[in-house]
Parts: sequence; structure tokens; C-alpha cells
Amino acid sequence: MANNNTVLIKIKRQNGPDSKSYWEEFEIPYRPGMNVISALMDIALNPTTRQGKATTPITYESNCLEEVCGSCAMRINGRVRMACSALIDNLEKPVRLEPLSKFPVVRDLTVDRSVLFENLKRVKAWVPIDGSYDLGSGPRLLPEDQEAAYPLSRCISCCCCMEACPQFNESTGFVGAATISQVRLFNTHPTGKALKRERLSALMGDGGIHECGYAQNCVEVCPKDIPLTRSISEVGREVMKQAIGDLFRK
Amino acid sequence: MAANPKIIVVGGGLAGLSAVIKIAEMGGQVDLFSIVPVKRSHSVCAQGGINAAKNLKGEGDSTWQHFDDTVYGGDFLANQPPVKEMCDAAPGIIDLLDRMGVPFNRTPEGLLDFRRFGGTLYNRTAFAGATTGQQLLYALDEQVRRHEADGKVRKFEHSEFLSAVLDGNRVCRGICAMDLHTMEVRTFPADAVIIATGGIGAIFGKSTNSVVCTGSAQSALYQQGAFYANGEFIQVHPTSIPGEDKLRLMSESARGEGGRVWVPKQKGDKRDPKSIPESERWYFLEEWYPKYGNLVPRDVATRAIFKVVYEHQLGIDGQPMVYLDLTHIDRKVLDRKLEGILEIYEKFVGDDPRDTPMKIFPGMHYTMGGLWVDFKQATNIPGLFAAGECEYQYHGANRLGANSLVSCIFGGGVAGPAAVEYARGQKAAAGNGHLDAERKRQEEINGKLLKADGSENPFQIWRELGDVMTRTCTVIRDNKDLAQTDTKLCELLERYGKLNLSDRSQWANTTFAFTRQLYNMLQLARVIAQGARMRDESRGAHYKPEFPERDDKNWLKTTKAYFAPDADEPRFEFEPVDISLIPPRARKY
Ligand SMILES: Cc1cc2nc3c(=O)[nH]c(=O)nc-3n(C[C@H](O)[C@H](O)[C@H](O)COP(=O)(O)OP(=O)(O)OC[C@H]3O[C@@H](n4cnc5c(N)ncnc54)[C@H](O)[C@@H]3O)c2cc1C
Ligand code: SF4
Ligand code: SF4
Ligand code: FES
Repeated sequence: MANNNTVLIKIKRQNGPDSKSYWEEFEIPYRPGMNVISALMDIALNPTTRQGKATTPITYESNCLEEVCGSCAMRINGRVRMACSALIDNLEKPVRLEPLSKFPVVRDLTVDRSVLFENLKRVKAWVPIDGSYDLGSGPRLLPEDQEAAYPLSRCISCCCCMEACPQFNESTGFVGAATISQVRLFNTHPTGKALKRERLSALMGDGGIHECGYAQNCVEVCPKDIPLTRSISEVGREVMKQAIGDLFRK
Repeated sequence: MAANPKIIVVGGGLAGLSAVIKIAEMGGQVDLFSIVPVKRSHSVCAQGGINAAKNLKGEGDSTWQHFDDTVYGGDFLANQPPVKEMCDAAPGIIDLLDRMGVPFNRTPEGLLDFRRFGGTLYNRTAFAGATTGQQLLYALDEQVRRHEADGKVRKFEHSEFLSAVLDGNRVCRGICAMDLHTMEVRTFPADAVIIATGGIGAIFGKSTNSVVCTGSAQSALYQQGAFYANGEFIQVHPTSIPGEDKLRLMSESARGEGGRVWVPKQKGDKRDPKSIPESERWYFLEEWYPKYGNLVPRDVATRAIFKVVYEHQLGIDGQPMVYLDLTHIDRKVLDRKLEGILEIYEKFVGDDPRDTPMKIFPGMHYTMGGLWVDFKQATNIPGLFAAGECEYQYHGANRLGANSLVSCIFGGGVAGPAAVEYARGQKAAAGNGHLDAERKRQEEINGKLLKADGSENPFQIWRELGDVMTRTCTVIRDNKDLAQTDTKLCELLERYGKLNLSDRSQWANTTFAFTRQLYNMLQLARVIAQGARMRDESRGAHYKPEFPERDDKNWLKTTKAYFAPDADEPRFEFEPVDISLIPPRARKY
């Protein structure tokens, strides 16, 4: 840290997908209660490096600023987390900011995470309702079933779990924990169940659930405390059951 | 004309996605545009719940009662027929969301549970844990993804609406948008366009809204000839957590459980709050309102806090903040009843509110005003529709808690089919020269901005905009201040002409995109400030001490602002309110 009234921040920057990355350092005025996002806003107000060189504001994604939209995932001091809930006071200085490493960089701290949305399409992560017309009330659900579904449904698609997963990389093509957990969510819904077979099939084969090595890194970084390893073992068991059944049916 | 018309929907919050689903079901093709991936839209922030009079608690609630509460809560400024339709449709909307898989909280019997919210005596608010908006948005997002997989919807995310494409007859024929990665400006033709771009919080600098809620799209359309209605009605929530980056909501339940609001009696007192003795604290709400104490209604609490901070200048440490104190309450009680919201405070402020009084301040929260629409969600520009927080239709002068989510889904559900019907009855545009013309116009604006070599920093201008708007256009309005605000806004617009961009690159340039939004924010700010100046009465969220009473004789009217391009400023006209169903009565809680 430079002195008590400023915070030193080192940021790994990259001008575009094919450009080389480089580091820049910023010394910004300290105010109590600031988070990483407000530090990035300060840099935008005065984009000058610590060495006094004029530079460009940092490109990053954010929206809700209360850890519910999933936009602002980045690596902070080497650990993947949400920037809006990362308070400067609680971080070791200097603070190091880097983009996620397993997703293509767009610019600076912005990466392309569309793969997760594609995966959600692949596993049909929806309830196949007949239509949006007024068709009366939905299925009854006991409170304990709601209480089981709700935590899974809080996934903010931030991709932290995928970033931290040793198996999530180009060579495996692994779908990642978030998608598997969504499969569990929809397969347990009274109407969502209708697509259970298709969802489980989508998790077989290359990049499917068997790639998971149960390293549990995912569960440790999930900002929403989603019980990912439980989802993986439950869905894993179902996939196995279905695969064996398919084998005998052939 | 076209049996399967092409409809553009701009915005993927609850309102936009609701429209998309309806259009896809009717056989239309949708191009869906959004700045952020739609799943990250601001609607995810809503915590409390969604209103519908399903009367599952044996209270004799009815949709008429919901309608009456909404109109009364809005101080009779809303046109009544569409509000009634919304309230009648609300129970069906809850059923639909339930069928889509929203994990609403349940009763022991497995039915939907409801809680009570402000402005009503009934348990009418359905909720899914403390993240209702997130759960609703996800349900719609999943259905839209299903239509996308079927090829009925194309998404253009990280893409920003710049303007409507209008033909020679001022009919909307598509939109002009900028890709936020390549920064390329393109036009997209459509048979009709629906705008669902949400709130305008960024005009006030910091608010409870998300970052992309700038109102830029609404303002661009207003500058293209769309009416902007009731802009002066801005809802402020009394207790939000001031942050370095935003104001986060602190639920009313903290006061419900006994939280006390106070400031040090001594100006600029720098002591640790816990070391300040009782006798040197000013519990101003309890003193001023002995009957209700800390639980006075939202607008009253908000005004009192403003008075203490700005008139008495007794904000904590000279800052606009007061204490909301829970430290006198037993920890176990706090954990049992308030844990969820206390965690938010801990996570984002870093202090434990069980040990230290929370610092709170009223925060700009919601705009009742928005694009003017008719009962079918059509703006005054043919072919252009609007739904959600970006339009003005359902909440009059003040919105009731948990009524926004339902108005977004309902409004989108009306706009979608209305746009399809309109498109089916419409002749194709003659030629498409207007598409190119609009693209060129936008490219010129970009070119000028990139070349600007003045000395002004857009983020500095934004800061000043937020300061002046928060100071004069939120809780207490004063005609002299408002006149000065307009002068200040003109000054900021002039300085905008002398910008110097710190980033001129043409790839994922967020500074550039923000700077374009800033211009539109400044223009819309003038509509808000001038509208507030003109309305010489107090109604709902609009409070002017010089004119403390509601004045139905002169002001039971919708404000309609339109842009005068030659003068580069807003003009106003006023429209009578449709009060055909419930005669106005005094609003006294
Ligand atoms: C903290 C908080 C809590 C709340 N709690 C409740 C509650 O409990 N109950 C309730 O009823 N209401 C609540 N509200 C209000 C409610 O959340 C909002 O009014 C509502 O979600 C708005 O939805 P929308 O669909 O209109 O817009 P949004 O959800 O804001 O979506 C806007 C969309 O437009 C896109 N967009 C914007 N500009 C452009 C552009 N120029 N080009 C392209 N795309 C653009 C965005 O990317 C986004 O997809 C709350 C609000 C806040 C701030
Ligand atoms: S358990 Fe390990 S391998 Fe499996 S998804 Fe989680 S982090 Fe990846
Ligand atoms: S499971 Fe957790 S870490 Fe993974 S995307 Fe969802 S919220 Fe993020
Ligand atoms: S900005 Fe939404 S999660 Fe951080």
C-alpha cells in the first residue's frame, strides 16, 4: 500500500481478444466502505496510472451492484469472486484484478461467458408449459419441495464455479457445475420432469457430467452457496441409471 | 399485412420478456435487444414480491380492492381503466408464473403464500424468498430461451438501442443500435417496435437502480417526438444504504422490528455513535411524530430525514446520512427476524448492524413517469409501443410496493399482442432509405464525439447531474431551486459540447457508450425538473411546501412533455385523467 489515504490497485489489461495483456497500476484515494467497483469508477473519473501516464478507463461488466445479476465476476487477488461485494477494506493490498482465465477476453476485465447460456439451451433448462394463456393454477408444491428448489434457483450465472473447476477447460469441453445444478432443479419440478430423459441424455458423452472429478472447488467459490456437489452427485446417479437402462434397452 | 410479423423488443427485463413470449406464441418473429444479457436485467433486484388479489387468506380481498388501493395510493393521477384491467389480470399472472416454475413460498397445504405490503390492509403479495424479482425474471428468461431454441427469437445482447427509425410519415419502421463490442452502428427493420428499457435511476447519480438504468432510450425517443408523461413523479425510498457505488435498499422491516432513527445533536460530531450518550442524540421521528414514531409512512419519513440533513445540516459527519439503530434489540431476536437484510448490510458495508447503528439515507428508487402510452401500450409514434417502468401508465403519482412487477408483466403482455395486431394491419414501408438515413445520423453523432477535443470529463458532468437532481428533484421541491436546476442542466449540456474522451478506441469502449447515454440523461433531466416546477400542488411523491395540498381543480392532469427540436428544450401540455371508475377522495393513511 502506498500510504493510508490511498489504495494501490494492479489491473491486468488487454485491449482486445487477440491483443497481448499488460499490467497497469493505479493509486486511488481511499474512502471507507469502498468496493472494487467504486475503485473502478474512480479510475474512470481520472484515468491516470500511478506513474502519471494518461490511460483509458477499465472495461468491466456490472449492473445490479448487489450480487444478484451475476455480471461482475473477476479474479481478485487470484481468487474468482464478484467485484461488487468485494470490499477494499477486506482485501490484501495491493489489490490485483484479472479477468476470468477460462473464458475469452473481450477487453480488460470483460470476458465472453455466453457458453453458459448455450449450455442451458442444450439441457432444456425450462418448464415446458403449454402456453402463457390463463390455464388456472400451477401444481401444488409442499413447502419442503419449495425450500429444496429455491436455493438451486438462485444461481446468478456468474460462472465462478466454472472458472474454479480444474476440469472446465477446452480439452474436456465440460459443461460445468452450474448447468448440472439447473438440470437437477428442472428434473425435480412437477412439470419440468417431463424433459428429464432429454436433459440427462444431454449430460452424457463428451463434456458431460462424467468429466467432473469431484474436486469441490466449485462449491467453495459459488457466491450464492448453491449445493453444487450435491447436485452433481444426484444428477450423476440419475445419468448413470439412465445410461444403464439405455444399454439394456438396445 | 405480414402474417408472421417481425417485432423488435428493446429490453429484456420482466416487461420485455413478457412481450416476447406473447409475440412468439402468436407466430411473430422477435429480435430482442439488450445492453446486458437479459438474465442480468435490473428486474433481478426486486426482493419484496408481486401483488395479486387471490384472496387465499380468507380476508375477503378482491381485485376491485387491489384496484382501489392502487388508484388511491397513486393519489388519483393514473387513468383508471387500464389499472383495473391490470388488477383483474394479476391473479392469472401469478398462476402463469407458478406454472412456469417460480419457487413461490408455500403454505403448509402447498398453496401460494402471501404477505402484507405497504398501502393495503390485505395479504396480497406473493413472494419467492427474498429474491422475487430474480425468480420471476428467470422464469420468463427460461421460456424465452425455449422460444430462442425453436428459432422464434433472436437475441442481440451487448447491443444498445440508439434511436427509432422513422419513415417520412413519422411511422416507426425499426431501430438503430450499437454493438457494444464492435461499436458498430446498424439499423434493423421491423413491423413494430416495443420499448421496455426500465428505469432512470442514473439521472440521479446514485440510486437503488442498476447501472444500466439510465433512461437513455426513453429520452432518445422523446427527442424523436414521443410524449414523456408525468416525469416529475419520482419515488424515493426512505431507508437505503448509501454506498460508494450505489444505494442499496434497506427494508422497512428494520423499523418494523423496533429500529430507531437518530442523528447526533451536535453538528459535525465525529464520535463513534455508541459513545454518544442518549441525551446527545436526536430521535427526530419520535419527537416530531409521537404517535407513529419511526413507523410513519415512507414519504413522511423521507421528508423528515431530508429536513434534518439539509435544513438542520445534522447529517452524520456532515454527510447526507442518519442512523438507523438496532443495537438496543436482542441479537437473537434480530437473527431470527431480520437476518437476511442484516447480511446485506454486513456484506456491503462491512459492519455488523447488531453492534453498530446502520447509516441510511433516502434513495431515489423508481420513476412513476415514463413514455406516454394509450390503453394498448402504444406511444404517439405509430408502430412504437412501450411497457414496464419506462412507461407511465399504472402508478399515478406514487407506486405501491410490489405493484411494479405485476405492471411490467401485464404491460408487456398487452404490448406484445397489440404490436402483432398493429403489424398485421400495416402496409410495408415504401423503400428503406430512412434506415440508411438514421444510421448516418447516428454515425455522425459518434464521429463528432470521438473527435471532440475540449477538456470536460463525462463522468464529472454525470456526478454534477446526479448531485443537482438528487438535491432538488427528489423529496422536497422548491420553485426557486428548480429554476436554478434547469439553468445548471443547460450549463451541463453546454459543457457536454466540450468533452474530451479518455478513450477513443473502437472496441468495447464503455466510456463512449456511457457518454452517449449521458447526453440523453441531461435532456430527460430537464423534463423532470421543469415538470416539477410547473406542478404547483403536492400529490403523491411530488411534494412542494409552497403548495402543500393536492389541487384537483387545476392539477388532476397528466403532464405530457414533448421535445421542441428548434428550441432544443421541452414543451408541455396537460391531459385530463380518466377517473370514470372511482371518484377522487382525500388521501389520508
Ligand atoms: C432494489 C429494488 C427493489 C425492488 N423491489 C420491488 C418489489 O419487491 N416489487 C415490485 O413490484 N417492484 C420492485 N421494484 C421495482 C421493479 O424491480 C422494477 O420497476 C422493474 O423490475 C422494472 O422492470 P422492466 O422490465 O421495466 O425493466 P428492467 O428490468 O430494468 O429491464 C430493462 C431492460 O432494458 C435494457 N435496456 C435499457 N436500455 C437499453 C438500451 N438503450 N438499449 C438496449 N437495451 C436497453 C436492459 O438491458 C434491460 O434488459 C424494485 C426496484 C428496486 C430498484
Ligand atoms: S466438483 Fe470439481 S470437477 Fe466437479 S464441477 Fe465442481 S470443481 Fe469441477
Ligand atoms: S452455481 Fe454458483 S458459481 Fe456457478 S454460476 Fe451459479 S451462482 Fe455462479
Ligand atoms: S454487479 Fe451484479 S453481481 Fe456484481
